[in-house]
Amino acid sequence: MPIQCSSCAKNRAVLRRPKTGHSLCKHCFFWAFEEEIHQTIVSARLFNRGETVGIGASGGKDSTVLAYVLKVLNERYDYGLKLLLLSVDEGITGYRNDSLETVRRNQQQYDLPLTIVSYEELYGWTMDAIVKQVGLRNNCTFCGVFRRQALDRGAMMLNVDKICTGHNADDVAETVIMNVLRGDIARLHRCTVISTASDGEGAIPRCKPLKYAYEKEIVLYAYFKKLDYFSTECVYSPNAYRGHARTFIKDLEAVRPSAIMDIIHSGENLSVKEGVKMPVQGTCSRCGYISSQSLCKSCVLLEGLNRGLPKLGIGKHHRLHDKILAQQALTEKEQNKLKAIEF
Amino acid sequence: MCQVDEEYASSLEQKSLPAVSKKCMKCKEGTAVLIIRVGDAFCRGCFKEYFIHKFRAMLGKNRVIFPGEKVLLAVSGGLTSSCMLAQVQEGLSRDAPKKLRFMPGIIYIDEGGVCGQNAEKREKAVAQLECIFKKTGFPYHIVPLEQVFTLPESVLEPVGRREQPSSSASYKAAVDQHIRSEVTRGQGEPAVEESQDALGRLHLQASAYKPEHKLALEELFSSLKTLTAKQDMLHTLRQHLILHTARINGYSKVMTGDSCTRLAIKLLTNVSLGRGAALAADTAFSDSRYGDVVMVRPMRDYSSKEIGFYNRLFEVQSVFIPGLDTKTADKASIQRLTESFVVKLQADFPSTVSTVYRTGEKLNTACPPQSSRTEAAAKCLLCLCALDTRAEDATAFNATLMSEQLSRCTLEEKGQSDAGCCRGQNQACGDDGCCSTSRVPVAPDLKSLLCYSCRLTVKDMTALDSLPPYITSEAEKRQRRAAMKTEIGEFLLEDEGADEE
Ligand SMILES: [Zn+2]
Ligand SMILES: [Zn+2]
Ligand SMILES: [Zn+2]
Ligand SMILES: [Zn+2]
Repeated sequence: MPIQCSSCAKNRAVLRRPKTGHSLCKHCFFWAFEEEIHQTIVSARLFNRGETVGIGASGGKDSTVLAYVLKVLNERYDYGLKLLLLSVDEGITGYRNDSLETVRRNQQQYDLPLTIVSYEELYGWTMDAIVKQVGLRNNCTFCGVFRRQALDRGAMMLNVDKICTGHNADDVAETVIMNVLRGDIARLHRCTVISTASDGEGAIPRCKPLKYAYEKEIVLYAYFKKLDYFSTECVYSPNAYRGHARTFIKDLEAVRPSAIMDIIHSGENLSVKEGVKMPVQGTCSRCGYISSQSLCKSCVLLEGLNRGLPKLGIGKHHRLHDKILAQQALTEKEQNKLKAIEF
Repeated sequence: MCQVDEEYASSLEQKSLPAVSKKCMKCKEGTAVLIIRVGDAFCRGCFKEYFIHKFRAMLGKNRVIFPGEKVLLAVSGGLTSSCMLAQVQEGLSRDAPKKLRFMPGIIYIDEGGVCGQNAEKREKAVAQLECIFKKTGFPYHIVPLEQVFTLPESVLEPVGRREQPSSSASYKAAVDQHIRSEVTRGQGEPAVEESQDALGRLHLQASAYKPEHKLALEELFSSLKTLTAKQDMLHTLRQHLILHTARINGYSKVMTGDSCTRLAIKLLTNVSLGRGAALAADTAFSDSRYGDVVMVRPMRDYSSKEIGFYNRLFEVQSVFIPGLDTKTADKASIQRLTESFVVKLQADFPSTVSTVYRTGEKLNTACPPQSSRTEAAAKCLLCLCALDTRAEDATAFNATLMSEQLSRCTLEEKGQSDAGCCRGQNQACGDDGCCSTSRVPVAPDLKSLLCYSCRLTVKDMTALDSLPPYITSEAEKRQRRAAMKTEIGEFLLEDEGADEE
């Protein structure tokens, strides 16, 4: 016996919404999914008419669906936005070539201009070369820090007003759990915020229009819309700790589907005790990017790579930053500490 | 996508084998019998000293328990609360400067009625506990969970905070005064004396429950469709019973046996249950949401491992009593899942529990603590925390409402709500979820009285009329007041009913 769509009560339902449990037909699901993102954009006032918005495009499902839906909504509701795709080439043989191919196809299908910035041209290092030096234990630290800044630099070149990224509800919930697990109160405080304002120079405002969209619904949407995306995990796999958090979120969702939203709700309603030290944001004295230290994370990591001391940016070595800034040589003891890498 | 993991890779210490040293790190003489953390090896005597000191230090640091105050110890028979009881006994038996100076009583909530235990097993467990309780000489209260059906609605009414001296100077004055009065009464053991007077009186009121309440309780729990909701409801009802018992017997503090490990699990569980706004109240040392009775968690600095060691070395008796989640699968409920997640993670990353626990220390309740004047309506009917359901733009709460609305029958909105989406196709609406939300007849007015998380629990309920009468009648009362207020709204000059009570 076919199940009827619970929204239009006419068509036959083809899917059960992971988020609410309702059975819907294809059209009603598309409508609900897009409308929810529209509501998020409107209620959080993510964009202003006339802005140029860069979509961080990785070729993966989240950014592919984000680009598609933003284009649809921009036309349907006449946001008056100039949309463009912005990709980062980390320089990972195999993985990146294929995903960038996907982004290029998206560029044609959605008729959105595409710009690619590469680690190699920005930093002089590809991820492949970085992994050769640092091994597989901390490579995600490098990649994450470099990507964040690369997107900003690309956006600045293109005079973009805002960057939006494909972070979905599962990602936000996972980040809340991660920050509780590692006791990072400053990030816990910030991680559920839907958009970051630009604080002066350095960073371009960012937002997450898919913040309330379930990962499973993003896949369903891409599946029924026959959107083309690249679905292989990064060949330099992410660390085990985050993997545990991810599995935990999936298990929670299986027990109670609303758990993802419930965790975000928790995050949105947390508040930090007065007197708990929060880092003060300044700017990097070398490159001008926002940083709570005198050198930004990216400059420290880069310095470490260039000096053959990859551990410099991993762990806490703030004491040494002033030395680096003054171009002083490190002592042998300091050097040895930063050289050793456990595989 | 691959996520940023700045600077943490190294701070998450991996498990490393403890360096086994043969001598106690403290006295350097005794043979070490246990290692608490890497490098901390203790002999038997030093461990006992360290353990006992920690309990006193926790109470001393926080200064919320006053000399002569009546304190109710919530004992479940488990390792931590049994150990807490032993610590209180130990503290009361000490000589003057180190002596604890409050007057303890014990409460045990018999949950057997919802944990699948027959009368015989329940009686046996109660008998075992009574045997432990009697040895302490403290008055005790055995309260079967069935008694929630006799609770008055006043349990849920907000009560103003009791005036108490709060500065450390006045705390010291109170201690001094207490010592003087003890001296004038002639060095007796007043706490214990009074306790024994009360003993005969108190265990009489215990452990009786009516058969109809037993049935009502079973009905209530079978109407809760998920173990997650059952566990949450059990916790809520338990709190209400403890609160009520404390009030009618004049206890102004309640001590619960939450270890550091338990609190870390609770914190993460509550994040997952949408209780972010109440996180601080749910896990802090003291929790004053009930106003006149303050909940205190003195065991929060001990790991479950330390407690296990202590109980074994010093023969602290505990009683294993099966709970709702005993012998359930890891994924049976959010609470179970989180517990097994934390326990497994702790095995690989030994700093997990202490890090999560410290996260809690840095949190505050989002809404400032309620003053006694705050209207009842601003607090959740069930957990009595400040409501976190203001419909603001761009929140997870609003986004959820939006999703529900967009997936529901458009017909319903046009006022044909009885023409449900599965009209005439009842066989199709089973577990397939087509009618999953309309199946649950959640009265919208009860929902409006609950916080985000308690709404989730009630949403998992099929029959709201199985709730105990004190909850339903308090809900009705609040609704009547709210209706009254709308009616006279235009004549009220002050906004938030500042003149209540
Ligand atoms: Zn439909
Ligand atoms: Zn920099
Ligand atoms: Zn010793
Ligand atoms: Zn509540």
